[in-house]
This record gives sequence, C-alpha cells and structure tokens, in this order.
Amino acid sequence: MLDLIAPFFERLYETTGLNFSPFYDSYDWGRLLEGMWVSVKLISAIIALSLVIGVLGAAAQTSKLRPLRWIVAAYIEIFRNTPPIVQLLFFYFGLGAITPQVDMGGWYEPMIGSFGWAVIAIGIFGGSYNVEIFRSGVEAVPHTTVEAAESLGFSNLKIFIYVTLPLAFRVCLPALTNNIISLAKTSSLAYVIAVPEITYSLSGIWSDNVNVPEMMVLLFVYYILLVAVIARAMTLLERKLALPGYGR
Amino acid sequence: MTPSEGWTPDQPIVAIRDLHKSFGHVEVLKGIDIEVMKGEVICIIGPSGSGKSTLIRTINGLTPATTGSVTVEGQEVHDDNLDKLALRRKVGIVFQQYNLFPHRTVLQNVMMAPLLVLKENKREVEERARSLLAKVQLHDKEDAYPAELSGGQQQRVAIARSLCMRPDVMLFDEVTAALDPETVKEVLVTIKQLAADGMTCVLVTHEMGFAREVSDRVYFTDAGRIVESGPPAQLFEQPQDPRTREFLSKVL
Repeated sequence: MLDLIAPFFERLYETTGLNFSPFYDSYDWGRLLEGMWVSVKLISAIIALSLVIGVLGAAAQTSKLRPLRWIVAAYIEIFRNTPPIVQLLFFYFGLGAITPQVDMGGWYEPMIGSFGWAVIAIGIFGGSYNVEIFRSGVEAVPHTTVEAAESLGFSNLKIFIYVTLPLAFRVCLPALTNNIISLAKTSSLAYVIAVPEITYSLSGIWSDNVNVPEMMVLLFVYYILLVAVIARAMTLLERKLALPGYGR
Repeated sequence: MTPSEGWTPDQPIVAIRDLHKSFGHVEVLKGIDIEVMKGEVICIIGPSGSGKSTLIRTINGLTPATTGSVTVEGQEVHDDNLDKLALRRKVGIVFQQYNLFPHRTVLQNVMMAPLLVLKENKREVEERARSLLAKVQLHDKEDAYPAELSGGQQQRVAIARSLCMRPDVMLFDEVTAALDPETVKEVLVTIKQLAADGMTCVLVTHEMGFAREVSDRVYFTDAGRIVESGPPAQLFEQPQDPRTREFLSKVL
C-alpha cells in the first residue's frame, strides 16, 4: 500500500513543500496506523461502556428504591456538569495515583493504564448523558403497553428487557446517535494522558517533522470520515429497527 | 396457582365480597359483591365513572383493593404472598386500547407470554398461536405488525394473545369502546364464540344488545355500587330500580 503512494507524496514534498510524511515514510506510516487502530479501539470501548451505563442507569431510575434513584441522579449531576478533560485528569492523576501497582516481572505498572483510564473517564462521562437519553425513551413507552405485559404475567425484569427497552431504544435512537458521535470526538481528549490514539501519534509525527498544518488536515479528515461512518451505521440501524406503520 | 384447598368447581370461580377501592380520598367502589361460576358470562354495565373498569381490574390484581376480598378459584387475589404470575396465567384481560407490543409481529405478540413466562415448547406454542389466530380470522396477518392492522383486527390479536396463556377466566374491559362501528361486530363475534365454547367471561361493556344476547347475568353499577343485577331478560325488560330504568332509557 505504502509502496504505491510513496512516490507521489515524496514528489509532492519535493515540489511543493507539503510534507505528508506518513504517506512515504514507513516509520510514520506505522505511527499513523497504530494511532488509528488505538483510536478505533478506544472509541468502541467508550461507546460500549457508556451504553451499558445508560441502560443500567435508566433501569435504576425506574426502580422503587429511592436511594438507588438518588445515586443515579447524583452521578448525572456530577458527570454532566463538569468538563470531560477535568474528569479525565481527575481519574488518571487522582484515582490513578492510589490504584495498586502490579508486578510485571521485575518492574511495576499501574493496574489500570492510560488507555483504561481514558475508557473509564470518557465512558462514565458519556454514560451520564445516555442515562438521560434512555430515560426519555423509557418514559415515552405507553404505560398501558407495560400493563398489558404485566397482565400476561411478565416479571418486571422481563418487561424491561422485552418490552420497555426495545421500544425506548427506538424512540431515543436519534438522540443516542448525537451522543455517540460526540463521544467519538471527545475520545481525542485521551491525548492529555498520553493514550497513543491518533491525535497523540500525529502530534508525535508533527513534532519530529514540523509539518503541523499537514498533519492537522489529516486529523480533520480522519475524524470527518470516522463520524460519517458512525452516522451512516446509526441511520442504517434506525432504518432496520423502524416498525412498519408505527409512529406515523 | 393451584386452586386453594377446599375449592371445588361447583363454587364460584371468581368471588368478590364487600370490595372497596379508594384513590386517595375518592371512594370509587363502595362495597361490591359478585360471584361468577365456571362457564358463566357476566356483563357489567353502567354510566361512565361508575367504577366498572376499576372493578374488573381488581380481579387480576392490576388494581389493588383497599378492603374486601377477591378470590379466583378460592385463592385470595389481594394477598401479599400470592404468586401474581400464577394468577395472571389463570386470568386473561383484554383492554380498550388493545395494547399490543408494537415491535413484535402478530404471531410473536401471541407467542411471547407462553414462551417467556411459561417457558413452553416453541413448536407447541406456535401451533397453538396459529390456531388461535385462525380462530379469530387473522391467520393471514401473522407476519403483520400491529400498526398495520385495523382497530378491530388488533383487538382480535389481543384476544388471541390472552387466550394463548390458556386462562380459566377472561376479562374484557370495554374492548369495543375504541373501535369503529363496523369493526365492533367482528370483535363481538369472537367473544360470543368464546362464550359458546364455555369460557368464563367477565365483560365491562356499553354494547347493550350484546350484553343482553351473550350474558348469563348482568350487573348494573352506579356510583361505585351494584344497583341491580339479574338475568338479562329481567334486567333489560323489567328493571326494578329507577336508576337502572333511567340509564337504560338513555342508552337503548
């Protein structure tokens, strides 16, 4: 792949001074690919965690146990009302400092690395929004539909899994898409705790080559394409889940 | 729910005794007594707001009673230790607004509860669901979604969905009230067939002609009390209470 494009970008650099080093230099090419791979892994993990938190949080909010609802409300207040970068630094430097170290065979490493903390911090941040998004969906499910399930002998858990959640999910999908896209972009904040995702690895490249504008363009293009893919996937999902004759 | 000890089929399958229900300070039911024998069809009629729906919903425990007793096969419904699931297996209910699961097809709607709640064999449930849908004349709509059906069709699916749990008693809460006049009939035909098959039915209805035709006994309720009850011929031809007469003169 690199062999094919390298001559063009080398010529481009020689003739115009535009230095897209990852496209002709195999070391930078490796850094770019590694950055993209870590970025995709990071975003996937963040989204997965935030969805789990969203569903569990929304379920907890429908609970009859008042303390449980208070905990969820407090969680939303804290994580929705503080900047994600502050949360990230808090988790990494605050909690990271007090988590135990593990023996790696001669040297010690923190139990949770920077990647782990980025997933936890941004996942929890995104989860606080998802709880509210799922809650709005849960509230949109007609009480009478739930009652029908109840009268057929469904337990509360089965009502939530088989009736409330599938209907709530469809209602909140557009809002969920927004938050997922937002989270994908927020993942670049992991840069500040040195997670080798794309923003971090490209900053390494531009420090070595002094080609900041070119790498910035590359970074923009990466995120634009990535978000386009996510948005497209969500639209397809929305279409797949659309119910014939429902909601019109 | 196994029938409670001492209950025999010659005793009322549903027995409501001195039932009171209050919502806050408003007393909706002020001492109701009703007995339903196995295979009987009971209609509850009366003006809007007389507590008919509340009454029928106490029978499967959807609305808890304030005081008094409701028993199904001798088993007290409003007992905290009651196995609600077992009760709801025995007592099916169909609502005014059908309340089908909009994200499942007609066939799935009917199969869901036996599969998930009773954990029955899928093939048997499917067979039963198909034959029930054929019975309510909807065998060609198995793969349709609820929103693609008319009100009357949805209501017949709702009936099939309840029947698939093989209940001993069916409750119908104003099941034709939300339907177009021309689709009312198809739902009533279904219920009539069910009654003819010997299903115990308790209906809240505004369809006087239907109540007269199908029921063994009619209860007229007003302001939370049973004003009068009797066989339909008697209640409709010779109502004793002035309130019954007034009501019937308005609706007939």
